[in-house]
Amino acid sequence: MLASIAALPFLGFLLLSLAGRRLPRIAIAWIGAGSVSLAAILTVLYGIHFLQSSPDSGVDRWLLWQWFTAGNLSVSVSLSVDALSLVFIFIITFVGALIHIYSTGYMRQDRDYARFFACMNLFVGAMLVLVMADNLVLLYLGWEGVGMCSYLLIGFWYESPANCQAANKAFLVTRIGDTAMLIGLFLVFSALHTLNIPAILEQAPGHFTKGAPNITLIALLLLAGGMGKSAQLPLQTWLPDAMAGPSPVSALIHAATMVTAGVYLIARMHTLFQLAPAAMMITALVGGVTLFMAGCSAMVQTDIKRILAYSTISQIGYMFLALGLGAWSAAIFHFFTHAFFKALLFLAAGAVIEALHHEQDIFRMGGLKARMPLVFYTFLAGAAALAALPFVSAGFYSKDPILWYAWSSRNGNAFLWGLSLAGAFITAFYCTRLMLVVFGGEMKTRVRELPGKAMTIPLATLAVLSVVAGCIEWPHNLLHLSLFSDLIQKVLPAPVLKEQLPAEGIFQLAAVVVTLLGIYTGYLLYHGEKSILVRWQRSPGKVMTRNFLLGGWGFDQLYDTLFVQPFLFITRVNKTDVVDRVYEGLAQVNVKFNRLLSTTQNGSLRWYIAGVLIGILFIITLQLVL
Amino acid sequence: MMHSFNAHTVLVVAALLFVLGLTGVLTRKNIIFMLISVEVMLNAAGLAFVAAGAQWHQPDGQVMFLFILAMAAAEISVGLALVLQIYHQHKTMDVEDLEELRDRPNEN
Repeated sequence: MLASIAALPFLGFLLLSLAGRRLPRIAIAWIGAGSVSLAAILTVLYGIHFLQSSPDSGVDRWLLWQWFTAGNLSVSVSLSVDALSLVFIFIITFVGALIHIYSTGYMRQDRDYARFFACMNLFVGAMLVLVMADNLVLLYLGWEGVGMCSYLLIGFWYESPANCQAANKAFLVTRIGDTAMLIGLFLVFSALHTLNIPAILEQAPGHFTKGAPNITLIALLLLAGGMGKSAQLPLQTWLPDAMAGPSPVSALIHAATMVTAGVYLIARMHTLFQLAPAAMMITALVGGVTLFMAGCSAMVQTDIKRILAYSTISQIGYMFLALGLGAWSAAIFHFFTHAFFKALLFLAAGAVIEALHHEQDIFRMGGLKARMPLVFYTFLAGAAALAALPFVSAGFYSKDPILWYAWSSRNGNAFLWGLSLAGAFITAFYCTRLMLVVFGGEMKTRVRELPGKAMTIPLATLAVLSVVAGCIEWPHNLLHLSLFSDLIQKVLPAPVLKEQLPAEGIFQLAAVVVTLLGIYTGYLLYHGEKSILVRWQRSPGKVMTRNFLLGGWGFDQLYDTLFVQPFLFITRVNKTDVVDRVYEGLAQVNVKFNRLLSTTQNGSLRWYIAGVLIGILFIITLQLVL
Repeated sequence: MMHSFNAHTVLVVAALLFVLGLTGVLTRKNIIFMLISVEVMLNAAGLAFVAAGAQWHQPDGQVMFLFILAMAAAEISVGLALVLQIYHQHKTMDVEDLEELRDRPNEN
């Protein structure tokens, strides 16, 4: 059953890629969406079975076959599912299935219908391999598989050079992280002589001393892998550009699943991270700084998908922060709710974009509330969850613990707490801005047609989940309901808190007040007192700040001057290939010698005889002398 | 009657003959004369063999001379045939004019 969950999307991929051109559209839609939906149903059945009668160890293993053996490295294709994997599998198949169903409507007019679903199915399959893998080699296979699918789907509309550039950028930047991660895997293997995940987690505490340089290095390299895939500082620049892909791709790959692979990797390797407190601290710092910087950029973007992309980076920053604080279950819980509401936001944004003739600038939208009520209400549910509106949204239940642990965890401090609180304010602000500009005011672009049933049903489902999915886990000072963390803490340890903490309620109140303040500020600027914005637009300092944030803190320019320009300079200098000069020189010397010797071949018989004579005399003299 | 045989003198004569032949090969322009000079050099070598055979009372020197004789006959027949062909094609016997085989780097 476990194997068939992973095999179904691959089967769909094979069918669509081999026979996709000959199949009618309706068949493509059924195969593409059907394979993932079936996998989702199987996952739900399996999940129920797992929760009711989970095995004693809490892990379900399934050895498929031996992959290869080399020296003392033996790698098998074996799947294992514990509570952590189960959460990921559920999100991947369930949200994946909804997005596939949505895509059957969204992509209905596209020429490459089959190619789209083939890539999407391959992605789901690779992602399932990633989270089900029992050893790091198989995990790495899935890791690269999802990276490849991400590349293929960002550049799906390959006829536009900008899309291909975005795809290349995503591939190259994540590759930096992947390389670091691969080196980390080598180090793990050289230290422990195994890449089997349970064996690593078991042997690591005995082999490494806590805080030793070698384990810190391994943890940092794995973190770098996660930073590349999850678009964390300083490797975040690819994600905003990745929005060149179709909206369902952004929803599935660049919001709900693939970009959280880094979170999964760190959670999976939590024992190694716990042995390296410095790496934990760096993880928390990276997350904290990323969530703040990306949030600032999201405030000023004008492209609806770029706003959501920056907010994704920011939300994954929250997950990294939680991971770094040792609040493992809080991070996974935020992943869980984030997948619902961010997928919803991207899908709803896709519906808006399609209805407005592929218009992505939010300032050319407006007044859509009356015309597209369903999209409005679903978008509202998603935005409320993103802004973590208290009690009525899933985002509140998952973000509130992270804010609490930012202060109360052993790693927590006022700086991290301040960053996450500022992030909460910023998030609430840009959510309000997005809602007011897109759906409020007057209509600026005419609506072409409303989304069909295939698109509205996934939207409604995700909207309901975005509201209620948080209720399975309450802040424990309010209500004793912790289904999610009970499940996760079978696999991951519970957070360690400081002693003598102030009451949790104060922090919650602060978070709520800050969120409401953010919403109020957004309301004031974009609805109440629009004159403030007009005044700001006249002040050069504020416009400069805005442009700086719009460009994502100038990281693209920085990397351009630091890496791209020097590289191009070297290529210009080395246009003629310096190494090749050596070989050309050798050839030229040979030609010179040839010219020199060929002058002796002058056709005169006398010369030749004289040559022979001199040779003989030379040999005889040599014999006499020696 | 065996009076004392002086191999040294004979070898000097052979060397003189050889140098004479060699000078002929190097200085003559006519290809026929060059062939004749080569024959002189061969005979110088034959004389040296015979002298050496007489010095050590061995028949090998005379056997070797017979070989040289046979080889010289074969060589001169091939050589004369080549000379005939050269004359047919170039209408000259002057070795200075026969430079067909020189390297021409700028022409290939």
